[in-house]
Amino acid sequence: MPVTVYLDHAATTPMLPGAVRALTDEMTRTGNPSSLHGSGRAARRVVEESRESLAAALGARPSDVLWTSGGTEADNLAVKGLFWARRREDPTRRRILVSAVEHHAVLDPAFWMAEHTGAELVLLPVDSDGVLDVDALRDELDRHGEQAALLSVMWANNEVGALQPLDEVVSLARRYGVPVHADAVQAVGQVPVDFAASGLDAMTVSGHKVGGPGGTGALLARRGLDLMPVQHGGGQERGVRSGTLDAALLVSFAAAVDEAVAARPVVAPRIAALRDELVAGVLAAVPDAQLRGPVDTARRLPFNAHFTFPGCEGDSLLYLLDSAGIEASTGSACQAGVPRPSHVLLAMGVDEHDARGALRFSLGHTSSADDVAALVATLPAVVDRARAAGLAGVR
Amino acid sequence: MRVLAALSGGVDSAVAAARAVDAGHDVVGVHMALSRTRDQFRTGSRGCCSIEDAGDARRAADVLGIPYYVWDLSEQFEQTVVADFLSEYEAGRTPNPCVRCNEHIKFAALLDKAVALGFDAVCTGHYARIVVRDDGTRELHRALDAAKDQSYVLAVMGPERLARSMFPLGDVPSKEVTRAEAAARGLSVSAKPDSYDICFVADGDTQGFLRARLGSQPGDIVDSDGEVVGEHDGAYAYTVGQRRGLALGRPAADGKPRYVLSIEPVNNRVVVGSADELLVDVVAADRAVWFGTPSADLECSVQVRAHGVPVAARARVAGDSVEVTLADGLRGVAPGQSLVLFDGTRVLGQATVTSSRRAAVAAS
Repeated sequence: MPVTVYLDHAATTPMLPGAVRALTDEMTRTGNPSSLHGSGRAARRVVEESRESLAAALGARPSDVLWTSGGTEADNLAVKGLFWARRREDPTRRRILVSAVEHHAVLDPAFWMAEHTGAELVLLPVDSDGVLDVDALRDELDRHGEQAALLSVMWANNEVGALQPLDEVVSLARRYGVPVHADAVQAVGQVPVDFAASGLDAMTVSGHKVGGPGGTGALLARRGLDLMPVQHGGGQERGVRSGTLDAALLVSFAAAVDEAVAARPVVAPRIAALRDELVAGVLAAVPDAQLRGPVDTARRLPFNAHFTFPGCEGDSLLYLLDSAGIEASTGSACQAGVPRPSHVLLAMGVDEHDARGALRFSLGHTSSADDVAALVATLPAVVDRARAAGLAGVR
Repeated sequence: MRVLAALSGGVDSAVAAARAVDAGHDVVGVHMALSRTRDQFRTGSRGCCSIEDAGDARRAADVLGIPYYVWDLSEQFEQTVVADFLSEYEAGRTPNPCVRCNEHIKFAALLDKAVALGFDAVCTGHYARIVVRDDGTRELHRALDAAKDQSYVLAVMGPERLARSMFPLGDVPSKEVTRAEAAARGLSVSAKPDSYDICFVADGDTQGFLRARLGSQPGDIVDSDGEVVGEHDGAYAYTVGQRRGLALGRPAADGKPRYVLSIEPVNNRVVVGSADELLVDVVAADRAVWFGTPSADLECSVQVRAHGVPVAARARVAGDSVEVTLADGLRGVAPGQSLVLFDGTRVLGQATVTSSRRAAVAAS
């Protein structure tokens, strides 16, 4: 097996050394942050300093931060907590507005709410680049804004990297008093993220996507935002999210976000240049490959490249690359292990057949020019072979 | 060799893959998804098609330290195996979906894709042996354990497919040995029950499945003299040799049980008669597949169903048709069934039954 070339940083990225250090140092100490004694106080101090650090890195106030077990929990809390709180205040507000390209952590709770709690789900369309159709949102709000309970539009799409027009989204939603949540899991460390300046009411961040530990995340929820608790218990996190806090995980999470955000002005342009090399290299090596998401790199995540390869099955490409030591992703979730055409690509108008040949290459802080060169060198043979196999399946 | 191990999630395929790894091959595990509908995935009783089975397959691959993929072959499966199953029953014949799956899916769609991706062979947990002669010829033989032998359902693959197949369990003395080996290897599927049902028929209710897909088609049940003795809701739901579930109004004149003798789809009739009338000793079949060139006239033993007893026979081969004369008569030979011919343990070939008769009757 050749040296592994890791091009799946959007799935998870290696932990930053500072985050590892913070984690292992803190793990040697004992103390429940809710305890009143000395050990508890020491742990609480670490938790609160982490809260202050995370808030500072993301343009939020410490009191905005609700620790969660990860991005998925924060998204669930936002969708369910906002909906229930809004409906309690005004029972006619039953519409949940989400973009059609949201991550499953937003889409699935929204579908679940529609199925089980009488919510009405509105999937907002996107253009062929995967960018929200603002006119459609305006139209929806003009007609049904008074019935909208919440609006959730991601900061940047995790598959095709499209940055979303959150400024316009926020200003439209404000007119109708609709709280706006954004899943910013992929954005932190790649583009400037300032919670206060964004005007968002709630925002999801995750630890392991930026070099922190798995099992960490946060919902930034503007103080005063009415949020119904989803997880009940000991009353931690303003009573909105109960559960014992883990000082070691949180200090490591905060350290990772701090480092990723601080390094972004240097790292992001370096990775963006590598990504541009990757895109150019792939298109030169496989001329009929199609870049998905915005071609204008200023409108997409700097670490993201996404292609469809005509006539290929994504899982064939994955297998062949994997056996050549190159790790990538189709970018979309499986259903029971069966690869399905991505809902993001389908929402962009890509037909089901083309959508099956999708592959996402996502770079990160450890990526190098060698990684890109290895991919570009390997890809033509892989695509040829996958194409032959794709035809073999058709009898 | 680069070997693709088909992993159903059961104990046999997991141990087969483990043996391929031990043999030094570069092994990748693939689980075939043969259905897209969620409820079928959720029914866990059929041994290969549920989410649990896919999870068991992945767990086995993890224990073996091999990559694991799920390939969606559900479209091809529906278009070949399920479609054939329905149209054969509708035509009054008796299909064997496992044979069709081996013909169209495992040793066709899966194998072709594997070869295209650079694999040299497909490895499965079937109980059958491949014997390589000194001249390099590969032969398909019965498994060492006659109780588990699956050469009957594999014969359809023919020699080219056999050249790219691997059955590491052919020399296992018993299923218990396979289970013990799985346990010793730390494979958590070691105690998983065997599966017998047709994988795409929920609850094992074949008649209910056929009725749901083919609709109700009421007609008469008649005896061999053409006299109406009962009614049915769809001739497709009957199989030659079937005794139970006929629900005939009155007993036969001789007081003996009656069996389905034939199904006549054209006039939608099911013909019933005595056990004696079921007995045949000449079976004709077509779409023959041979391992090597058969002689035009050969002594052999034949088998007409998966767990049937082999019967001594003489076969006459003409083109892709074959007619066998049985030393002893057989009951319940139905059109559509696979006829597999053996020379001892060696598979000579297989063909699909088109008709059967009793030589004595034909002569009179």
